Parts: sequence; structure tokens; C-alpha cells
Amino acid sequence: MIKVGLIGLGKMGISHLAIIGAHPQVKVVGVCDTSKMVIDALEKYSSFPCFSDYKKMLDQTRPDAVIVAVPTKFHSEMVNELLVRNIHVFSEKPFCLVPEQGPSLIEMAKSKKLANQVGYHNKFIGTFREVKRIVDGGWLGEIYHFVGESYGPVVTKPKQDTWRSKPEEGGGCLMDYASHVIDLINYILAPVKSVKASMLKSVFSHGVEDAVFALLETSSNVSGVLSVNWSDDTYRKMSTSITLVGDKGKIISDANELKVYFREKECPPEYTRGWNVKNITDFTPPVNFYLRGEEYSAQLDYFVEVVQGKSPNNINNFESAWHTDKAISLIKKAQTLG
Amino acid sequence: MERILFGDNQFFAVNHISDEKSRAQSIRFKDDSAIIKTLDYAIESGVNTFMCTTHDRIANICEFIRNNPSRYEGFTIYPCMPYAHKYANAVTELGIAGTLKQYVPGNFIGSLFKGGVAYLSKDYLSIMELLIDAEMKMFKGISTPVIFLQNVITDMLLGLGMKEVLVAFHRYVAKKYDAEAGYITMNMPMLLDVLNDAGIENPIICSSINISGFRMSGGKEKYEEVLRTRKFRAIAMQVLAGGAASPKAALEYVCDLPNIESILFGASSKGNILETVSLIKQFDQRKLNLNLKNSN
Repeated sequence: MIKVGLIGLGKMGISHLAIIGAHPQVKVVGVCDTSKMVIDALEKYSSFPCFSDYKKMLDQTRPDAVIVAVPTKFHSEMVNELLVRNIHVFSEKPFCLVPEQGPSLIEMAKSKKLANQVGYHNKFIGTFREVKRIVDGGWLGEIYHFVGESYGPVVTKPKQDTWRSKPEEGGGCLMDYASHVIDLINYILAPVKSVKASMLKSVFSHGVEDAVFALLETSSNVSGVLSVNWSDDTYRKMSTSITLVGDKGKIISDANELKVYFREKECPPEYTRGWNVKNITDFTPPVNFYLRGEEYSAQLDYFVEVVQGKSPNNINNFESAWHTDKAISLIKKAQTLG
Repeated sequence: MERILFGDNQFFAVNHISDEKSRAQSIRFKDDSAIIKTLDYAIESGVNTFMCTTHDRIANICEFIRNNPSRYEGFTIYPCMPYAHKYANAVTELGIAGTLKQYVPGNFIGSLFKGGVAYLSKDYLSIMELLIDAEMKMFKGISTPVIFLQNVITDMLLGLGMKEVLVAFHRYVAKKYDAEAGYITMNMPMLLDVLNDAGIENPIICSSINISGFRMSGGKEKYEEVLRTRKFRAIAMQVLAGGAASPKAALEYVCDLPNIESILFGASSKGNILETVSLIKQFDQRKLNLNLKNSN
């Protein structure tokens, strides 16, 4: 059994807790939050030991691994503390508030051989994995353009402020929604190396952007467009998609459906020339416990495997998440005002 | 429960296969009259139970049903609560406390958060009861003999080990609404164990059951075993999931399974509704004939 602790019981924290709580090889030794209401509810109705001070939780419960799901501004300090104590870490995304905080954490996790993972769950979605497989196989030929998009109905009218509406605490559409798309581009193509232009627009929020539009270039010299908007209520929930255009074909994929077009006869097995449409059901292995999508369970199953030494730590490690932090910072710097 | 239940995913752009189809559905069902027309097709085909989420627009449909009592005589709704995305999007933006403040009716919560400090009565179950009442308001005057807890909540409580809350839901809908509790889940075998442990016998459980094994957590074989050996009232949903199988093969699989009381499906067109209903009836009849033959 692996002893796991969890810090931060917001939406993601509770979701992680339910999933990891149902994992047959995990014992949840402690959960921690500063909200008295949430901790009271868990104390009353669950069997998890509850804490309001995470260091106390670490001292008393000695976890092997900890899930960090607190606001982004606390990530680097807490992750550092955990690594110093030789604890494996799963952190929510984005990794750090600013990219300067990343390298020392990456280095320490590496040198201490501690499992390190960040919660970019799109990499555990079957359709996006298949996109990666097709791209890596060279089946699209030379890719010359991409479009990465994400839309959803998070902020659809002017409302009260929380940390998510404060850019200095990691709020805003860029850190929250857009980071997922950037990370997906980094994963499928190559890390974003430059940002030609970007526009961060407020639609309903004050002091923070609700939409991000940018022109990007990857280190493999592929150019593309990023278009993200969390104030779009024509979507029922977050919907992320990626379009890739190459000289041998084209892919349009979201989390549910993969559409791929091959110009010539040469294409992967099970595909043919012209359009091919595949659904997520073709690519989704069942999980042991399902909460909000197979990917949320799959990423924690993978984390447990890495902690157990059964899988290499090469998906969503700190280093890959740091590349996303860097791209976020480039997008901020490239802002066109007005 | 009726053998066939009509679902509402198609009305609210819930499509697990394609975002594009989602948008097409949302355009198609923009007006309430389009929803009502499709419901009428279901009724014409002999399906008289509508299982639906507590989406805001269902309130309009309920209003229409109330205003046309003779047309909807014998028509029954199974509410499924809560409409989770409403809360999930609110939690992302407002946090848990902020969301409760927004959705718990009256000034119950307002008074709890006075001055930014959470004064908590610690009576979380009565907060749940208030939320249930708020969601049930739209169904006033309509027959709702079974009330479901949506899978994201059921499964969250399951993962958190909050058995007591699952039981409290069961008790409250019986007491206040004279209804049976139903649980929607993506983890049917695990849920059944927990409900039985908590003393709930023969529970109504609605879960994904399909020939492709899609969203059958723990595996298709485990589900089949539980259906064969355990006592509960099973509803199969997502029966057509996994585009690879034809509707015929998919429905044949579900109809031939033991112990499935009801099959839930949703469809937009008259043709698809009629086809699905007639296939289910056909496979049920075949099974009946076979059973009769075997017993003779």
C-alpha cells in the first residue's frame, strides 16, 4: 500500500481524493485544507484523517506521496517542502506561477529520484494519444500549421472575485484553460519556443483575461494559432481541440472524436486514404474507478505506478510542465495592448 | 419501472461521441417545442417515462406537461439531480462556499458566511435536503416515483466513502417525495456493495451497460457477473455506446442479459426512436419465447 496525502480540497482536490480514495493500492493517510467547512464535512462523513496545516499532516502521517491541489501561487513552496522531505509529488496544473520557480524543483525531484507529475490530463485521453502516435509516425508528412483551441462556460457574467480572478495568484483563462492547450501542443509537436503576438481579452472579468488569442511557434519550427475562451457558453463544458495540417494529411481532434485525412495511400494500419473518423470509445481502456472521465483516473493510476517504480516518469513530469509555464510567460510578454 | 425509459441527453447537447453532433443537437433543440415534439414521438412509440436531469429548460417542459394534463395522462418523469455542470462551472469560478451561497435557497447559507467566516451548523445533510428541494421545485404536480442522484455525485460520494450521505438521499426522497431513490453510477459493482453494506436492499442502479464494455469500470465481465448473481434493480444506459457495434447487436446484447429491469435510451428522430423501441421489443419477445420453450 502506498500512503498518500492530499493538500487542497477545491474542485480538483475533491475529485482527486475520490479517485485516489477508491484506488486499491493506496491508503489515504491525510487530507488538508484551510476551509473549515470542507474539512468539517470530510471529518464528519468520510474516514480520512483531516488537517488544516499541511506540515502537521506531513509530520504526523509520513506519506510516501502527496497530491497538491491548492491555488497555483502556493505550488512552488509546497512542492519544495515535499521534495525536501523525500515525498513523491503530483501537483495540479499549472506547475508554477512563474517559470523561474521550476528548475530547482525539477533538479531536486530528479536527483532524489522522486516521482513528479503535473495534472495535464489531456495526455491520458485516447484521441489525443492517437494524434501523437500518428504525428510521431510521420504520417502527416511535414506539419506546417496547427490550431489549438479550448472553449467553455466558466465565466459567463460579471461576478465576485476569487483567486481565479487574480492574475498574481494564478487566476485567469491563460493559466487555467489555455495552459491545457499549450501543454497539448508541446506534447504532440514540440515545446513552444516563441510567441509572435498575443491578445489577452477580458469579457466579463475585471483584472483578468477571459480569452487568449496568440500566434505561436514550436521549437520544431511549426507555427500555429492558439484560441481559448472560457466565457463561451455555447459549450456545455470545457472542450479542447487541436487541428494539425501537414503536407501529407490533416488531423482535427477533440477529446471525443478524431478526424484524420490522408492525401495518399500511405497511412497507418486501420486507416485509409481520405477521411477517417474514430471515436474515443475506440481508444479508451476501462479504468477501475470512474469519476469524471477516464483520464482523471488514468493519470492517478499512472502516478501510483511511477511511485511504485513500475512505469518510467516520462509523462507530465515537472520538466514538461515547466515548458508550458515558459510558454505562458512568453504569451504574457508578447501581449499586444489595446 | 417501465421496460424502456426515454432519456434527455440529446436535448442538452450531451454527446459522448462527438462535439460536432453536440452542437447540431443544441441547434436542433433550441426551442422547447422541438423537445416536446420528440417526447411525443417517444410516447407514440409506447414509452411513458422520461428520465431527465434537472436542467433549467426542463422546467419549461414540466410547465407544458402541467398545462396539458389529458395529453400527458400516465406520463411519468424520473428526475436526475443535480445538473452537474451548473455546479461544476460555478465551483471553478466561485469555490465551494461561493457555489453553496449561490444555489442553496433562502438565506440559510447567506447567514452562515456572515463576515466572510463560515459559521457552520455542521448540519450538512439539511443543506443537501434544501438542494434537493430546490431541484425538485420544477416537478411540482408531476408524477416522479423515482428520483436519481447523478453519477458524478454518486461516484464522488462513493470514492470519498460517504456512505451516510448516499443513505440520507434514499431516506429523504422517500420521506419528502414518496419516491424511490435511484443511483446513476459508472462504478456499478462497487456501488452495489456499498449500498448493501449500508443496509439498502434491492436498490435501483442505473449504469453504463453495453456490448463494447464502455464506461463499465472494473470490466464488462464483472458487470455481467453482478447481474447474474446479485439482487438489485438494474437500468442499463449508454447501451449503444461504442460506435463499432450496430444498434441491433448492441440492443440484442443488453436484452439478453439477465436481471435488467429497464433500458434507458435517447434519440432525436422519430425513426431512431421507433427503431430502438421495436428492436428491444423484438429481442424481449424472443427471450420470452425461449424461456417458455425451455420451461415446457
